[in-house]
Amino acid sequence: MEKLNFRHSTTQALPGTRRQAIVGVVASGNLEVLLERSLPPDEFTVEIDTAIDGFGDVWEAVVADFVDRRQPGGLRITINDGGARPDTVALRLAQGARLMEAM
Amino acid sequence: MALKPVTFSADPGDQSWYEASARARLAGLLDAESFQEFIGPEQRMMSPHLPLFDLPRAFDDGMIVGRGRLDGQAVLAAAQEGRFMGGAFGEIHGAKLVGLLRAALAEAPAALLILFDTGGVRLQEANAGETAIAEVMRAIAQVRAAGIPVIGLIGGRAGCYGGGGLIAGTCSRLVVSESGRISVSGPEVIETNKGAEEFDSRDRALVWRTMGGKHRRLLGGADAFVGDTIGAFRDAALTQIAKAPAFDLATLEAEQARLEARLARFGDCHDATEVWGRLGVNDPDAVPGMTTEAFDALLARLPEAPHDAR
Amino acid sequence: MTLAEILTSLFPDGHEVGVADGLVAGHGPFDGKSLAVIGIDGNTPLGIEGACTLAGHVLAVVRAGGDTPILVVVDSDSQRMSRRDELLGLNEYLAHLAKALLLADASGHPTVGLVYGHTAAGAFIATALATRVLAALPGAHPSVMDLPSVARVTKLPLDKLEAMAKTTSVFAPGLDNMVKAGAVHAVLDPETPLGPQIAALIAGIAPDDVRDTLGRDRAGRPQAHAIAARVMREAHGG
Repeated sequence: MEKLNFRHSTTQALPGTRRQAIVGVVASGNLEVLLERSLPPDEFTVEIDTAIDGFGDVWEAVVADFVDRRQPGGLRITINDGGARPDTVALRLAQGARLMEAM
Repeated sequence: MALKPVTFSADPGDQSWYEASARARLAGLLDAESFQEFIGPEQRMMSPHLPLFDLPRAFDDGMIVGRGRLDGQAVLAAAQEGRFMGGAFGEIHGAKLVGLLRAALAEAPAALLILFDTGGVRLQEANAGETAIAEVMRAIAQVRAAGIPVIGLIGGRAGCYGGGGLIAGTCSRLVVSESGRISVSGPEVIETNKGAEEFDSRDRALVWRTMGGKHRRLLGGADAFVGDTIGAFRDAALTQIAKAPAFDLATLEAEQARLEARLARFGDCHDATEVWGRLGVNDPDAVPGMTTEAFDALLARLPEAPHDAR
Repeated sequence: MTLAEILTSLFPDGHEVGVADGLVAGHGPFDGKSLAVIGIDGNTPLGIEGACTLAGHVLAVVRAGGDTPILVVVDSDSQRMSRRDELLGLNEYLAHLAKALLLADASGHPTVGLVYGHTAAGAFIATALATRVLAALPGAHPSVMDLPSVARVTKLPLDKLEAMAKTTSVFAPGLDNMVKAGAVHAVLDPETPLGPQIAALIAGIAPDDVRDTLGRDRAGRPQAHAIAARVMREAHGG
């Protein structure tokens, strides 16, 4: 198991008012993403608990791409990862952001 | 055989129960937006034991509990996530269900629903899981004795195995789909311990007809058989709440008679098809391939056995 | 202790408890009245017939009325692992036995378990763990699954599991660990008569299920009680 933390400054807050959402399931090749609107609107953090060690640079790139695309200001994201591929991670992050924007 | 057209629908009731996550099942089963979770994922009450085994944890420990409404009635509900650790009972997973059952005694809901999806005890927390299962069964007996129906819904990926099978047998009523396998020892466990001659776990047809939903419904191990949609489970849960038997001596004596009669009638059967034949099914080999509609029609033709004592 | 030694200690004036096909049933004079005894002897696996027979004995005690306590003595294997048992609904038979014991307890017949040998998995849940208060004798070996089987299922090396089992009670087999989890309330003293010890357990029976508080106090299940209590609070609050 490895713990990773990333913090980004964002130029915008993620739209929407929903306080919290969860997507995905912890299973082999899958992950769960908990999204909470609990930070100042120009901050974004991700904490990751992953079953597979040694992929910090891949996670960093996937998270940076997510920040570029969504500008998820105000979100605290926490991830439990069962060994998901980067495309699955990106998909879950996007699903979570959509849920948070929905209401 | 004609192919069924694939339907795309946004109605949660049309979604596959088998494919859905535990959260999606709850959302579609209960009245829209009515579910309120207890100890939600934001509380991060995760297993204190899995890190010792270098295993990832889940925010809800694979057990989601809360309250909601079912056709307007206040209910409590618990759902296991079969994809996380096989839906198995660990310390927190089990304690959440124990707490929900104890809460039912105080809150007196119209029913308590358990959405099973479990391989049994989580071996990394075996003693906690085993004890929790015993606590759950004691609490179910108390909840039922207080007149609150406890309805089990079974149709998930992990089935309902091990101690989960015993808990299911403690519920007032059970609703199953075809993939709702109920058993104590799973096929792999029997094969590992007794050999492939006893049970070939790779023979999926054998697994299905020995433990699957159709067999359980025909034998009397479940009260309702439904197609694999969340809406079908919802409708059946509503129907079964009204039919829940009391938890008393009369019910258990009737169950004793039912189980003794089963031993006398089917005790020498080697395969489910023999059981079905003796039940009056004309073409037992056709049962596994039957659609839900055809299976319903079959059930309607059979002389109804007294299935309802449990 | 063997079953014969246990029965002699419990019933110094004699008893009518017999064993057939590994199933124990009967009664003896106890504390001025009668004590019903059921159980499993000789490391016997519990299958559909055995569970049905034992449940029948329990329901007969309930039907007879009164407040006769029921002692469940257990030296069993796990549930019987066979295709036939599962075909015919082993889960229903085991649950039925557990329900019979739970009904008996709720109907005024105190239920006491006594594990004096092995027991495991579904057989453990359906018998000893379905009683109100569970005792054990030194040398008893309750478990969920033995470590070699755990190693096969979890795909962890057996030597690693054996090393972990020495310090991690939550998954390790054995009596001490089941005591820590709160599953076993008390370990009896085989050197003194069992009758008064069982009578004391019955007299001290708590109305509620105290196993999770025992597990907390003995550090074998650190969080279960707090989690259950929190669910009840949230259910009552919001």
